[in-house]
Amino acid sequence: MPKHSYNPQAAVRAYLTVFSCLMGFTALTVAAAFVDLGPMNNVVAMAIAVTKAVLVAMIFMHLRGGSPLNVLWISSGIFGFMIMLAFPLLDLLSRNILGIPGK
Amino acid sequence: MQTSERKKPNYLNAEHTVASWLLTVDHKRIAILYLVSITLMFFIGGLMAGAIRTELLTPAGDLMSSDTYDKAFTLHGIVMVFFFLIPSIPATLGNFLVPLMIGAKDLAFPRLNLLSWYVYIVGATIGIVATVTGGLDTGWTLYTPYSTAYATTNVVLPAIGIFITGFSSILTGLNFIVTIHKMRAPGLTWFRLPLFIWAHYATSIVMVLATPVIAITVLMVVLDRGFGLGIFDPKAGGDPVLFQHLFWFYSHPAVYIMILPAMGVISEVIPCFSKKRIFGYNFIAASSLSIAVIGFFVWGHHLFTTPQSMYAAMAFSIISFAVAVPSAVKTFNWAATMYKGSITFEAPMIYAFGFMGLFLVGGLTGLFLGALGLDLHVHDTYFVVAHFHYIMVGGAIMAYMAGLHFWWPKITGKMYPEGPAKAAALIIFVGFNLTFFPQFLAGYAGMPRRYHYYPPEFQIFNVLSTAGASILGFGYLLPLCYLLWSLRHGREAGPNPWGATGLEWMIDSPPPPHNFDTTPVVNWEPYDYPAAHRDAAKDAVPEAASV
Repeated sequence: MPKHSYNPQAAVRAYLTVFSCLMGFTALTVAAAFVDLGPMNNVVAMAIAVTKAVLVAMIFMHLRGGSPLNVLWISSGIFGFMIMLAFPLLDLLSRNILGIPGK
Repeated sequence: MQTSERKKPNYLNAEHTVASWLLTVDHKRIAILYLVSITLMFFIGGLMAGAIRTELLTPAGDLMSSDTYDKAFTLHGIVMVFFFLIPSIPATLGNFLVPLMIGAKDLAFPRLNLLSWYVYIVGATIGIVATVTGGLDTGWTLYTPYSTAYATTNVVLPAIGIFITGFSSILTGLNFIVTIHKMRAPGLTWFRLPLFIWAHYATSIVMVLATPVIAITVLMVVLDRGFGLGIFDPKAGGDPVLFQHLFWFYSHPAVYIMILPAMGVISEVIPCFSKKRIFGYNFIAASSLSIAVIGFFVWGHHLFTTPQSMYAAMAFSIISFAVAVPSAVKTFNWAATMYKGSITFEAPMIYAFGFMGLFLVGGLTGLFLGALGLDLHVHDTYFVVAHFHYIMVGGAIMAYMAGLHFWWPKITGKMYPEGPAKAAALIIFVGFNLTFFPQFLAGYAGMPRRYHYYPPEFQIFNVLSTAGASILGFGYLLPLCYLLWSLRHGREAGPNPWGATGLEWMIDSPPPPHNFDTTPVVNWEPYDYPAAHRDAAKDAVPEAASV
């Protein structure tokens, strides 16, 4: 949020609210682990994790209302992470595609 | 005493106690702390290189056992890569020069800067002590499953040392990024920045984004080894190739952590000793960012002989060829800068010439290794060893030496002796080529790396290589001697002995503790040779009046 409208009480309230949400999502993650959703288990767990990460980034890391430069840097970090996932996945998913061992 | 009292205080003489050095938050003093530390690392790594080359003089393993040899090249690799090359230019010249070049009084986070040095010292000490006492024989690459399941040597502690040192790199990168964004002098727009700064900005991106991955990867090796998690173990559903993906996701961009700052140094040295404005400023700046970004997409060319899928390999091969383009942009622009320039051959320029020739050979042989078919032939041979030494020693260390000589007068206030410096530069160039060029031939003929027994037909290459290493070692000792000599006996450098442009040359040598008494205002374009901006500079920075 912009500096001129900074309100410490509102900020603390926001932190506590988000903290409560994060704890709630953690409980939800544990609960979801006990329910057999088949292939959707991973999807649900990842969706909860991403939601928690977005909350942390937006509120605790002040991306909401912060400088666009910060958003750019966080985005570049996420982009780097996606590269790290994408290429090994490209490798893994296209191995043995020809039925020739090792190819 | 009276003489020193008359002198303006500088960062070297402002305080004299040991504590004033060990607790300093002055970026210039921290740079000196790094300079001393990495020089020590360089000679430890160099000692191991000497042992390796001596062993390889004969085909029989008659100096050390196989185990000892494995430990020697592992120690050489780990020390040189993690504890010398990666921090070399950014932590010394970068720390010293980034604030000076942008007109700032210090880095954005001075305490974080000091912390980065302490973290480096802790990590390097753990790494070296563990590697020396227990020994590590995995090679610097720590490949699984050997490192996780089979190695009987000391894997965990050196891995922890690497893990800790990584944080030093992250902190330095973070500091540079914030400083360059937030602390530039008024008028110093992005396209007025020295190319050294652009190079360090690009390097910092790689440091911040890639280094956490190596930290987590070595941590996973430790967990795999210590607790049998099986992340990289096929029997437990893991994948050893995943380790190589993660390891090279960092370690290939790490080459750019070494070479991008080196390119930044060369971009400063060439226009200065050509007395000519740099050719293609925008393209050189953009090529630094391009190398940093494209460099994140090429790591799979280290995995061509693994079960990596052919489609992934093809993608990595094509992108590896693409990364050569921005590197070539720089090389062509440096050559164009020299065209019709008033070139002089002081030691930094000789090192810069050496850099260009050696980097060219290293870069072009990299294309051989990026080609899917040819890589299978030369993989894990001395061809690869020669290639990466042309980049990391011929490129990065030549540029480091160029930068060290170029800014030595600024750092110390003293001139080094030009004659011995030129001789050392030439000796290093000759010694380097004699050491590593025969390794291309030996590797292409099939000599594998990491063995100390080899067929007798390879001996001629190894004799040449060891002879070259002796010359190279002598060449590296020379600067250690005459640079130290110059501290006491060198003549006074004055603020700008090279007639260079740039804010760092407009203040006293050595610089005052807080760099600039008043914030400079930049109203000139970069590399305005031959020093056409100097009048404007005098107006902008009061101290520049004595230039």
